Amino acid sequence: MRASYDRIIAFVIALGLLVAGAGLAYAGPYEDALAGFTTDDFSDTADAVNAIAASGSPLAGPLIEALQEGRLSFSAKDKKVYIKTKNGALLDAATGKPAEGAAPDDIEAIRLNNRLRGVVDAAVGGLTLMASDPNRRYDAAQAVFKSRAADVLPALDKALAAETNVRVKKAMTEARAAIVLTAEDSSVADKIFAIAVIRDRGDQDALGLIDGLPADQPDAVHKAALAASGKIQSTLAIWSTVQNAWYGLSLGSVLLLAAIGLAITFGVMGVINMAHGEMVMIGAYTTFVVQEFIRTRNPALFDYSLAIAIPLAFLVAGSAGVVIERTIIRFLYGRPLETLLATWGLSLVLQQGVRTIFGPTNKDVGNPSWMSGAFDLGGITITYNRMWIIVFTGMVFVALLGMLRFTRLGLEMRAVTQNRAMAAAMGIRTARIDALTFGLGSGIAGIAGVALSQIDNVSPNLGQGYIIDSFMVVVFGGVGNLWGTLVGALTLGIANKFLEPFAGAVLGKIAILVFIILFIQKRPRGMFALKGRAVET
Amino acid sequence: MLNTIQAVATRPNARWWLSATAGLAFAATAAVQPAKAQDTIKIGILHSLSGTMAISETTLKDTMLYLIDEQNKKGGLLGKKLEAVVVDPASNWPLFAEKARELISKDKVAVVFGCWTSVSRKSVLPVFKELNSILFYPVQYEGEESERNVFYTGAAPNQQAIPAVDYLMSKDGGNVKRWVLAGTDYVYPRTTNKILEAYLKQKGVKQEDIMINYTPFGHSDWQTIVSDIKKFGSAGKKTAVVSTINGDANVPFYKELGNQGVKATDIPVVAFSVGEEELAGLDTKPLLGHLAAWNYFESIKTPANAAFIKNWQAFTKNPKRTTNDPMEAHVIGFAMWVKAVEKVKSTDPDKVIAALPGIEAPNLTGGMSKMLPNHHITKPVFVGEVRADGQFDVVWKSKGLVPGDAWSDYLPGSKDLESDWVTLKCGNYNKVTKKCGGAS
Repeated sequence: MRASYDRIIAFVIALGLLVAGAGLAYAGPYEDALAGFTTDDFSDTADAVNAIAASGSPLAGPLIEALQEGRLSFSAKDKKVYIKTKNGALLDAATGKPAEGAAPDDIEAIRLNNRLRGVVDAAVGGLTLMASDPNRRYDAAQAVFKSRAADVLPALDKALAAETNVRVKKAMTEARAAIVLTAEDSSVADKIFAIAVIRDRGDQDALGLIDGLPADQPDAVHKAALAASGKIQSTLAIWSTVQNAWYGLSLGSVLLLAAIGLAITFGVMGVINMAHGEMVMIGAYTTFVVQEFIRTRNPALFDYSLAIAIPLAFLVAGSAGVVIERTIIRFLYGRPLETLLATWGLSLVLQQGVRTIFGPTNKDVGNPSWMSGAFDLGGITITYNRMWIIVFTGMVFVALLGMLRFTRLGLEMRAVTQNRAMAAAMGIRTARIDALTFGLGSGIAGIAGVALSQIDNVSPNLGQGYIIDSFMVVVFGGVGNLWGTLVGALTLGIANKFLEPFAGAVLGKIAILVFIILFIQKRPRGMFALKGRAVET
Repeated sequence: MLNTIQAVATRPNARWWLSATAGLAFAATAAVQPAKAQDTIKIGILHSLSGTMAISETTLKDTMLYLIDEQNKKGGLLGKKLEAVVVDPASNWPLFAEKARELISKDKVAVVFGCWTSVSRKSVLPVFKELNSILFYPVQYEGEESERNVFYTGAAPNQQAIPAVDYLMSKDGGNVKRWVLAGTDYVYPRTTNKILEAYLKQKGVKQEDIMINYTPFGHSDWQTIVSDIKKFGSAGKKTAVVSTINGDANVPFYKELGNQGVKATDIPVVAFSVGEEELAGLDTKPLLGHLAAWNYFESIKTPANAAFIKNWQAFTKNPKRTTNDPMEAHVIGFAMWVKAVEKVKSTDPDKVIAALPGIEAPNLTGGMSKMLPNHHITKPVFVGEVRADGQFDVVWKSKGLVPGDAWSDYLPGSKDLESDWVTLKCGNYNKVTKKCGGAS
């Protein structure tokens, strides 16, 4: 009996020790590190993040992720740290359980600065190398490549051994090579192998890593680095030409989009329409109004906002164009100077009108998710918004060509342009066609405004920035010819982008203007001259 | 139009009607005018309400109306009500001079608050000198100027650009070693970049680690430049961009940065012309962590700032209306002018100009700004990071207030110059030649 009693006591003591031991383990590096978050000091926070990432606690991942997303708060009074979950619940960071009682009144989000964000990204990279989602593993590998933190190496090796996805495996190998290359104690053979891996990556970051190596490398490493650097540079030089061509295409498409409406009103009708830019602006503001409406009524539709805005912008700007033609321009046919002054005055009136209604400040027109971000194609970065604008411009161009070629309205427009008297004699109501043609040109300018709202300011001055460029394109391409406008826009865009790296943006622009002046001296009717009313007057 | 008036005027009835209205209108103005002139002090507001600069300047006009309204609620000044005279120079630089002349000689204003761009300030300078009036200029600018008739309440380069660069060179700023100085091609960015280049070189930065890039006004195609910046930034040294890009071009610039994935953790951009107002037209989530240096941020928590924001939003009847740095400059400048007028009990320009140096007025971030003999003021400097909601988080602030320096110490021509309107009575005294009159 006595013996069994002792045994029980021993058991209880042992149990107590075990619990105490567990308790001690509980107040381990993770819990100690939490205190660093409560001082509101960037250096303390950085130390805390590193300590937590190294603690191995299961709570470390969620905590650092919460910090990255601004969901980690602290109370200086209670010296406690809280995690706000994505659905708004408050957890005690020390236990991971819901916080007891009401939240303290001095609770404040933990502030980050750029240095800390770098530390946090690296920590998240180290912690998510084994995540189940391959995209997250890939991002983690990239973060490690950037941070080159030597202490991640064991975790990285483990992840690398378990990795099956080819793309992620490659990224991890590169990250490993980056760590090995920058670590001081790696052997020469390891370093040379690492250089080969990084050379095959072949992008700017790889070049930066190799060029940024300290000078005191062993000879063999130094040589390998030089060779790799040269190889990467020659590949990058080829890609940079491709990139310039792409940028030129993109700039050309923007120019074309802005000018194509003017190709109708100025090119086909011969109206010097200085208010063309304001039609573009009206289109951009229509997009803003549509997005504002969607934001307040039905945010789920936001990704479709541009699709809704395009027909609306066409209608709004087009009807504005018809009204302008009927009330002002039709009285001024054949008087280019008066038209120029009247439409210029009109552009000021429209600008100030918009300024009065919407205010002078920029309006926030958001990019739908499918127009944000970029992807890498070989050695160049292609941004989605530019790519879609190129596609969209092509569609507008084809639609307009088809409309002029295959519809009755298009036929009548061409007829009136080529010979007004004859067209009238054939029973075409020329005044109506004038109004509709001007409306069409303005409507297309409105559509351009929808696209330009994605890359430029939506402000009352939006149109002013494009009016000169649009005239330049139309005159250069040849007044009255849509194909001329297309070729003109792309030529100017690509020429500009190939000049810019050498001459800079300011000189590049001047060079283009000088080139056009000289060109117009030689060929006053532009690249593709056409006969039409513009020629007769 | 002329024809119709003549046509109308030839009918007897109409002629009678016209002359009667004209007579009435004349009598009305004649009766009102002198009475009004006696019991108000007029304050000129010279900010563009149309044209390209309206985007920034309209808010400053509203700020002045708000300040004048507040002062009138407190009983006016010297027993008189204040009256705002608003003109619109329409972002047209010569028109600024014309409108300034109109304000001073026709409307007889006691003081003018106005201008934004340096070129507009330069264009009104001769008018203020000739007619001897006072201009309060509220915007950060390139320095290298100090005039007797102008009081500069915005930041000089040493109150914005230099501290921002110092921050980036510090450990917290990321130990930046490589610099892109990007700006719009006009006087403010060119001068500021010249000062920064000299300063960086003095700090041991090599020529090949500095890239300078200028773009035209309203530049909207940033693809090449952003990819150049990326290229420049991946050379193995920590890189930052110092942006003096002017208002309108910023939105496409930041959009391109966001789309090409240039994150603030890789290449931070510190801007001197981007504030709360400019960010209002942007989705700021991709810009998280990019920086701005100012002497005021809306997010700074002080009782004075909270009260100002509350009253301002009530005055404009817009609970979302933001505040920004040049607005605070007008708040300080106006308070200083009021104090100076109360001190000399007169709005006479000579007396007020003499009284202003030494006057102190509270700024909205909890300090007392002081007008210095060089007509610049002392201000705190803040570096803020863009938050997801379009406001700024202050990550660094200067110890105490920084006195504005009219002539930069880092430019060869200007480091010998000193401005002192109290003892030396000179805006560009040369310490070497001991003469008033600028660089030798």
